[in-house]
Amino acid sequence: MLPNMSLQEKSQKTAHPSGDNRFKLLDRAITKHQGRGDSLIEILHVAQGIFGYLENDLLIYVAHAIKLPISRVYGVATFYHFFNLKPNGEHTFVLCMGTACYVKGAEQIQNALEEHHHCKFGQTTKDNKVSFITARCVGSCGLAPVAVLDNAVVGKLTRDESIKRVEQMRNSVKATEQTVQEVVV
Amino acid sequence: MTIEDLQELSEQEQQRQSEKKHRILYCSAAGCVSCGSDNVSAMLKTKVKEHTLEKECEVIGTGCMGLCGEGPLVKVQSDNILYQNVDEVTASQIVESHILNGKRVEKNICDTSAPFFASQTKIVLENCGRINSESIDEYVAALGYEALGKALTEMQPHDVIEEIRKSGLRGRGGAGYSTGLKWGIVRKAHGEQKYIVCNADEGDPGAFMDRSVLEGDPHRVLEGMAIAGYAVGASQGYVYCRAEYPLAIERLKLAIKQAEKIGLLGNRILESQFNFRIDIRIGAGAFVCGEETALIASIEGRRGNPRTRPPYPSEKGLWGMPTVINNVETFANVAPIIRNGSDWFSKIGTEKSKGTKVFALAGNIRNTGLIEVPMGIPLRKIIFDIGGGTPEGQEFKAAQTGGPSGGCIPNEHLDLPVDYESLLAVGSFMGSGGLIVMDSTSRMVDVAKFFMQFCMDESCGKCIPCRVGTRHIYGLLDKISKKKATQDDLTLLEELCVMVKETSLCGLGQGAPNPVISTLRFFRHEYEQLLQPVETYLGGEVEVADFEK
Repeated sequence: MLPNMSLQEKSQKTAHPSGDNRFKLLDRAITKHQGRGDSLIEILHVAQGIFGYLENDLLIYVAHAIKLPISRVYGVATFYHFFNLKPNGEHTFVLCMGTACYVKGAEQIQNALEEHHHCKFGQTTKDNKVSFITARCVGSCGLAPVAVLDNAVVGKLTRDESIKRVEQMRNSVKATEQTVQEVVV
Repeated sequence: MTIEDLQELSEQEQQRQSEKKHRILYCSAAGCVSCGSDNVSAMLKTKVKEHTLEKECEVIGTGCMGLCGEGPLVKVQSDNILYQNVDEVTASQIVESHILNGKRVEKNICDTSAPFFASQTKIVLENCGRINSESIDEYVAALGYEALGKALTEMQPHDVIEEIRKSGLRGRGGAGYSTGLKWGIVRKAHGEQKYIVCNADEGDPGAFMDRSVLEGDPHRVLEGMAIAGYAVGASQGYVYCRAEYPLAIERLKLAIKQAEKIGLLGNRILESQFNFRIDIRIGAGAFVCGEETALIASIEGRRGNPRTRPPYPSEKGLWGMPTVINNVETFANVAPIIRNGSDWFSKIGTEKSKGTKVFALAGNIRNTGLIEVPMGIPLRKIIFDIGGGTPEGQEFKAAQTGGPSGGCIPNEHLDLPVDYESLLAVGSFMGSGGLIVMDSTSRMVDVAKFFMQFCMDESCGKCIPCRVGTRHIYGLLDKISKKKATQDDLTLLEELCVMVKETSLCGLGQGAPNPVISTLRFFRHEYEQLLQPVETYLGGEVEVADFEK
């Protein structure tokens, strides 16, 4: 009985109380880095990869796991642009604002999109469909102006083209919703 | 693995390649991938399989072939024919007509005798677009790791440093400090552990040279780092790569694994007493981390705040230990210098700036892409011969080098030779190699405002001149561009620029006003045109700078 108890206790101690299995993946990454404080950025990368964004609870969890002050973890998470503290919309529209794209008219595209979709860059549309993000340089300068739409790079964009693309994204029905609708019909 | 094993591997691979009648190379760098080279390569492979040509013909993904604006690019290496704007139809034609019947697909042939190709000198990019970027065998067959072998067996560490110093190689990250001297300082510095750091945090908007090298020829960078490690007595190296380059990170990881597997990294490299390991650190999107002390902080897992120098990282760097920090391109130059000798390298370039420089050509220019030219080449030649000039009907106005810390170079200075000193003399900066061409449609106030917004956003906030100064400069530029400013604002702008430049802590702040100073120097009239006449100003309300953005 006793050994069983300790095993149970042990598993209770390591597993996240929410029972969310994704924490196991995160724990594995932390173990890989031997829980070292200097691997904080790597661990946050993994955490964001698993959870999509860095919630406060998640940051606290990481801080405890690698024995760093919460302030330090929060400081690092807010310092770097790559880490999101809020979830993104269903789709992302990342407009490159590198010099080459700027010279080729990325700002006009930005203005047109903000006006047409009533949503500033850095925010998500009210229907939670599309997040508008600007990037510093995606390195495809030869194809300027460039945007990354849901991880696909689209080059030589125009104002009308980008408005149309975003409309398509907003009108696209989520796969699950679509099936539900089909069933109803 | 011993040197003999390495040579044998090289011969085997050369033999294997010579047995293939045709090698079809497609560009698998980011630029071509984003215009659909994946589909092209899939089509090439399907067609080769369909016609059972696998024995005599191989299809290989390479690094950047240079002419990014005309991608996807495909090269038939045996006949030295380069095809541009290849789509799936053309891809199938290349196999069915060119490979099978020897009939070239004329409409897509790219003229490789054009100045874009003919005026270049390739050292750093010699393997880019020629070898499979994911194969260590092909790198070894292209004389890879020979320099490491030479250094380990024939040279003492101080000989390596002396060779690099004599070659005149200077840091390619922008500042241009002598690489040999830097290594010498680290070698002499006391520390139980020493580190080699490769700065691959290429944050300049409009620059993609380092990415292309890492994606196209990752082993070259690793070899350079290992040689540096041997020279200064370090056993651990880090590549700090930005997270925005997932492909480069993937290729680097693969390259490290391959090199470790055959004993070119790790313990007792090439049966010598030298141990060297390389780890990758991934950045998280902060421009300031390109600054060496901020980069060190970031590798240590902290916020990327720079600190005062001295002590320089060569004395107190990573975890307080002596550290060599060099740019990707600098490390990429090391192996050829050791292999061919410093005399060979120092013959290329000008008196003070030796070797070549890789530039990323972009903006309003016909041939966008990646080029490598000898130092001292006139800027006019780069823009009009290699770059093909501005697209039709548009007039050249200025070239911008050095990114957000650099400056604009107008038409009258285009005959300037490209080297560290000449660019500084006209208020610009070599930078890491982004070269953006602007034509008459670009408004210089907006360009300055764009760079200032960048620096304002990227300021880490540690020192006040940069944190507050860039914000105020941005506000003033915004006011000017909205035609709400007066002569007084312009005077204030100029004073602020000098203040921020003189008093900021790190290179980001010190360089931030450069685009404004340089555009004011050459295009002052554009600023003055936008100013309010004095009368309206006296009568109207005085507006406070707009900080909305």
